[in-house]
Amino acid sequence: MLEVLEEKKQKKSTAKDFATDQDIRWCPGCGDYSILKQVQSVMPELGIPKEDIVFVSGIGCSSRFPYYMNTYGMHSIHGRATAIASGLKASRPELSVWIITGDGDSLAIGGNHFIHLLRRNFDVNILLFNNQIYGLTKGQYSPTSEVGKKTKSTPVGSLDHPFNPLALSLGADSTFIARALDREPKHLKEILLRAERHKGTSLVEIYQNCNIFNDGAFNSFTDKTNKKENSLYLEQGKPLIFGADQDKGIVLDGFQAKIVSLNDGHTSLDDLWIHDEKDRNKANILVRFFDDNAGDANALPRPFGVFYQEDRSVYEDGLKEQLKQEVELKGAPDLNKLLGGGNTWKKKNTGKS
Amino acid sequence: MWIAFKLNEMTLEKQNIQVQKELEKVTILYAGDSGDGIQLIGNQFANNTALHGNDLSTFPDFPAEIRAPLGTVAGVSGFQINFGSTEVFTPGDLSDVLVAMNAASLKKNLSRLKERGTVIINTSGFDKKNLRLAGIAPEDNPLTNSSLEDYKVHEIDITKLTRECLKESSLGSKERDRCKNMFVLGFIYWIYNRSLNSTIDFLKKKFKGKEEVLQANLKVLKAGYHFADTSETFSNRFEIKPAEMKAGEYRNIIGNQATALGLIAAAHLANLNLFYGGYPITPASDILHELAKHKNFGIKTFQAEDEIAGICSAIGASFGGDLAITASSGPGIALKGEALGLALMMELPLVVVNVQRGGPSTGLPTKTEQSDLLQAVYGRNGEAPIPVIAAQSPSDCFEMAYEACRIAVEHMTPVFLLTDGYIANGAEPWKFPTAEELEPIALKVKAPRTEEDAPYLPYKRNEDLVREWAIPGTAGVEHRLGGLEKDKETGNVSYEPENHQEMVKLRAAKVNRIARHIPKQELDNGTINSKLLILGWGSTYGAIKTAAKELQMEGVDVAHAHIRYIQPFPENLGELLSHFDKVIIPELNDGQLIKLIRDRYLIDAKGLNKIKGLPFQAQEIKEEVLNHLN
Repeated sequence: MLEVLEEKKQKKSTAKDFATDQDIRWCPGCGDYSILKQVQSVMPELGIPKEDIVFVSGIGCSSRFPYYMNTYGMHSIHGRATAIASGLKASRPELSVWIITGDGDSLAIGGNHFIHLLRRNFDVNILLFNNQIYGLTKGQYSPTSEVGKKTKSTPVGSLDHPFNPLALSLGADSTFIARALDREPKHLKEILLRAERHKGTSLVEIYQNCNIFNDGAFNSFTDKTNKKENSLYLEQGKPLIFGADQDKGIVLDGFQAKIVSLNDGHTSLDDLWIHDEKDRNKANILVRFFDDNAGDANALPRPFGVFYQEDRSVYEDGLKEQLKQEVELKGAPDLNKLLGGGNTWKKKNTGKS
Repeated sequence: MWIAFKLNEMTLEKQNIQVQKELEKVTILYAGDSGDGIQLIGNQFANNTALHGNDLSTFPDFPAEIRAPLGTVAGVSGFQINFGSTEVFTPGDLSDVLVAMNAASLKKNLSRLKERGTVIINTSGFDKKNLRLAGIAPEDNPLTNSSLEDYKVHEIDITKLTRECLKESSLGSKERDRCKNMFVLGFIYWIYNRSLNSTIDFLKKKFKGKEEVLQANLKVLKAGYHFADTSETFSNRFEIKPAEMKAGEYRNIIGNQATALGLIAAAHLANLNLFYGGYPITPASDILHELAKHKNFGIKTFQAEDEIAGICSAIGASFGGDLAITASSGPGIALKGEALGLALMMELPLVVVNVQRGGPSTGLPTKTEQSDLLQAVYGRNGEAPIPVIAAQSPSDCFEMAYEACRIAVEHMTPVFLLTDGYIANGAEPWKFPTAEELEPIALKVKAPRTEEDAPYLPYKRNEDLVREWAIPGTAGVEHRLGGLEKDKETGNVSYEPENHQEMVKLRAAKVNRIARHIPKQELDNGTINSKLLILGWGSTYGAIKTAAKELQMEGVDVAHAHIRYIQPFPENLGELLSHFDKVIIPELNDGQLIKLIRDRYLIDAKGLNKIKGLPFQAQEIKEEVLNHLN
């Protein structure tokens, strides 16, 4: 067995090995292409043989993803990839399991399975493609669309308050939450690697542009002219700095995050908020930066990177341990003993005992 | 002859002065408030009866509410047991003995007592308060008016006697009163000439580490036993000789437990890990409970967040190579519908157990019904055939659960196993098999493939139209499955019109070919020359069998066939049916099997439909047969 594993490891693969012969059916210009490319290119770096990798998706544009990955895959039903992946991981803990889902798939129809997967903490990766719109059904608002969103199903504007996916995940006791962008491929790849290396459920929200039904939804964070003013890239142990000239910082005033200028002589780097992925309280504040709208006066920038990471026991390990303990306690399985039950009696041929 | 027997921790050897009377069959109905411990003494008596060697059948009947309003008719819990020295197939139509712990339980069940039957009454359950809660006016108190004069009535103040017996116990008064069910059990054990040992052993296990409670229960059990002896309430003791049954080793088994054991046995013999994903629901939860007890068999039980996650986690595990199971009842099965379609589209093995209950919607959660048959056969979007099989008795749940797994794995398909609340909670003696006697299960697992091998085609089929199971971790056969229509060989997404039609036909043909691998339909009773055929399925087996046997003894020539394989039907079913001019189909629904039979075989079958949440009485079936023959 070990030799086989060794052999598997030695065979070096490339991104190409992870592509299939299927025509990709996303709209030209869709953000999904960039994400697919990064996922395919990160795979060889994981050192996992492709037969030990499974991509499971639900329904939606993003959920076509498994057809384009030359690994095991399942394009399942709407909202249920998280539940299917839970069963798969429980049954086969050694597999590398990736869930591909969208804002509708994971936060609307599949909201329940999503939060329960996070609390159970199976060691799987969730890539949540958030485009803030329903693409496959041709443009209705989604649970992450902003209030007032005008779509085919909301011609006079949506009344729904949107989900904050990372705050929701943190609330469900997720052990790894991160945010990335389709248009920042290098950063995205780093985050994907981090997600796979985290033992536990890794939730990566990926801002993905739907150029047909919601084009430019994330322009504030991707457009060259202003993205640096509106985005904050998190790095473990580093101060929170952003701005076109990297001249703005974040300080914590009590529980309040505040923007300070690094040029006014009052604030030095030592005064700034130092990013600590292990700090749940700070993570709780960081995920709420989302409440500010880019462009508003004193708006906090939108953070990208790993917000929070926690080491907590994973479900499948606990399950394995329980089964082991039960064998120690009750002995190896003996089917005849089980079928007999304990209280039995014998009938002779006459029937008269 | 009366045999002296030993009681644990006390010797009871005495000359018997009472008259010993032998009976062939007895039906007892225990009834009381849902907090009275009726189910517990019912099960204790059933186990004791089984160990005594009688054949038996039980019917627990309890309210949906865990603590239904105290003392009311709605809160009455019942446990009926029919046992005898001859074969027993049903819990009995009417009972010979009714134990009524309070006024409400008498009110609800008196109509289920035979003429001149025996009533054992706990008089303290008939005080002012209990009468009021039961909705009985003081002047209508059955203990003081004439309503019971046609019965043999034994009035005992069980509550008072229990308190008296425990006056020195340190337990609180509530805990003391809780022991009164043991008094009843001891009392009945004496009447039927039983050993107390099985219950003494049970109590010792149940109250391990709770010495006071254990001693109180033991004391009251024995007090009930001695009270029956010394009070001379009964002039007779009754003996029901062990039944003549096939030679072999037996145990008592409850339907849901049998289902769980069948699943475990199948996984074990197929050398697969068993994964169960499910959500608690009455009356299916006991399958999960039973499986969870046997984790040393490598069983993974996953209590999911909802019914959908229950089946979806099972689908994930099946993709991963486990024998995957989910179980539920009607409302839960409705939620699983979409995922069932996915499993059938991906052609993965999966067993779905539906322990049916009264519907629609929440319906009658604790009552039995057979009204989910058409849901199982048709209840999915698209052309979505899934094999459907049904168990006919508590012990048959074992065999059919095993069969469900065999079909699922050998034919790479989801399979429905239908049971219902009646057989799921009912018990009977079971001549259990050994592992060596069970039919082996043949897996169709894809081996690893090297680059020199032919390309892997996930949907390539064998002569039974079955594809291979390629499990993650197997090199060279990586593939993608999904709910979109598949190309007939590559499994790639295909919107081709011809391909879709072919795939729909293939999926149907694949299910139909299972008929080649199931037993032929046989007559349970009668011959192909009989005047009328009673055709049944599922839990009505015992009542139909009893009716058919009794009719034959009365000189009425009827036959009985019981269908266990419903989709596909056994290959010879049409031919068998063609011999009969008259076919009656009794069902606990408004006519579902009858629709399938009429549709498939174009015969003029007549329905007998009972939709009361209760099983058939044999008498009801006999009457219907006679109506048709006259």
